[in-house]
Amino acid sequence: MRNWKTFSKGILEENPVLVMLLGTCPTLATTTLAMTGVGMGLATTFVLVCSNIVISLLKRVIPKEVRLPCFIVVIAGFVTFVSFILQSYLPSLYDSLGIFLSLIVVNCIILGRAEMFASKNSVGASALDGLGMGIGFTLALFVIGSIREILGMGSFLGFSFGDWYEPMLFFITPAGGFFVFGVVIAVVNIIIRAMHRKPKEKFGCDGCPNQANCTNQEGGCNA
Amino acid sequence: MDLMKEMLVILFSAILVDNFVLSKFMGICPFLGVSKKMDSAVGMGGAVIFVMLMASAMTYPIYTFLLVPNHLEYLNTMAFILVIALFVQLVEIILKRFIKPLYNSLGVYLPLITTNCAVLGVTLLNVENEYNFLSSMVNSLGAGLGFTLALILFAGVRERVEAADVPETFKGVPITLIAASIVAVSFMGFNGLVTGIFG
Repeated sequence: MRNWKTFSKGILEENPVLVMLLGTCPTLATTTLAMTGVGMGLATTFVLVCSNIVISLLKRVIPKEVRLPCFIVVIAGFVTFVSFILQSYLPSLYDSLGIFLSLIVVNCIILGRAEMFASKNSVGASALDGLGMGIGFTLALFVIGSIREILGMGSFLGFSFGDWYEPMLFFITPAGGFFVFGVVIAVVNIIIRAMHRKPKEKFGCDGCPNQANCTNQEGGCNA
Repeated sequence: MDLMKEMLVILFSAILVDNFVLSKFMGICPFLGVSKKMDSAVGMGGAVIFVMLMASAMTYPIYTFLLVPNHLEYLNTMAFILVIALFVQLVEIILKRFIKPLYNSLGVYLPLITTNCAVLGVTLLNVENEYNFLSSMVNSLGAGLGFTLALILFAGVRERVEAADVPETFKGVPITLIAASIVAVSFMGFNGLVTGIFG
């Protein structure tokens, strides 16, 4: 039961994108098409699970003071691995993700889970946590990507709706990305309120991988 | 003259047309997090410009003289992020020890910059576009200025939004994102500006 909780919290109640508001850059940048979003989500999930496992294994070896660079090296290793795999087997996805594939390294979801979960919990739990968070991330990207593709391109997963529908190009522009993300968060907040919980009010320090090092704790970057 | 023109094209493209925040989606977290007050927006912007310039200045020789001769180009992500992380930590220590006033205005934002994808992004884009040292530096300066411009403009917008009467559902994060969308629309107006002037 506890294992199920560890796994499922990332998908719904602590969804990294829609509830915790982390990883906003890849969320906005790779969701012009539903498929690209899912590709990004799965690549991130792979890195997240692997890095969580390795960091959990190494948690007694890594000195506390230099843990951030150590985490980054582990994560960067897996990111390089994933980009090799995609480059050779899925070149079209590799091209459409572009620089954001490399930028998985600085995705705050991954560093955040390393800092808050993997470095404190067992290997099995860390793997489950990574898998749950990764699936939550992928689902969020799929939802936002679907909305933008349907409205902006007049197609879904690559299948066109035909000529009767005039696509609203606004939704695949960067501005449309911000707009759709804002509306989706508003809908999620309605659901959270209906469950009698408080939605997150601002982009705060929770989940920020630099929280422990940050000297500006009072108010943080929201000061 | 040609060189000058080329550099100006890179600079203005990076600031206005391909703005890092509003059209490339890099550095969204600080853009949304630090833009509540004008002072912190300016401080964060200054710190980002500095770190971007230094990161490009350091990663260029590492890539050209270390990775390329040894056929290790694929290690660029790992090498770059390590260099940036170590450098930022070093600057923070130096500022804290020796230049306290500067630390108080800029230094507090430094730890946040390590994991800012705009900094790693600009170094990776320099490599991807095969820029030489000068173009890399100009591109990073443009990216940093573009980031600061977006941050300052958005801080102004947010001060207004704070006072506005927003529907309950959209209060907080959603209205911030909608406001960002509108700012991004205004930047779409710069499309074709650089080729129009310099082309």
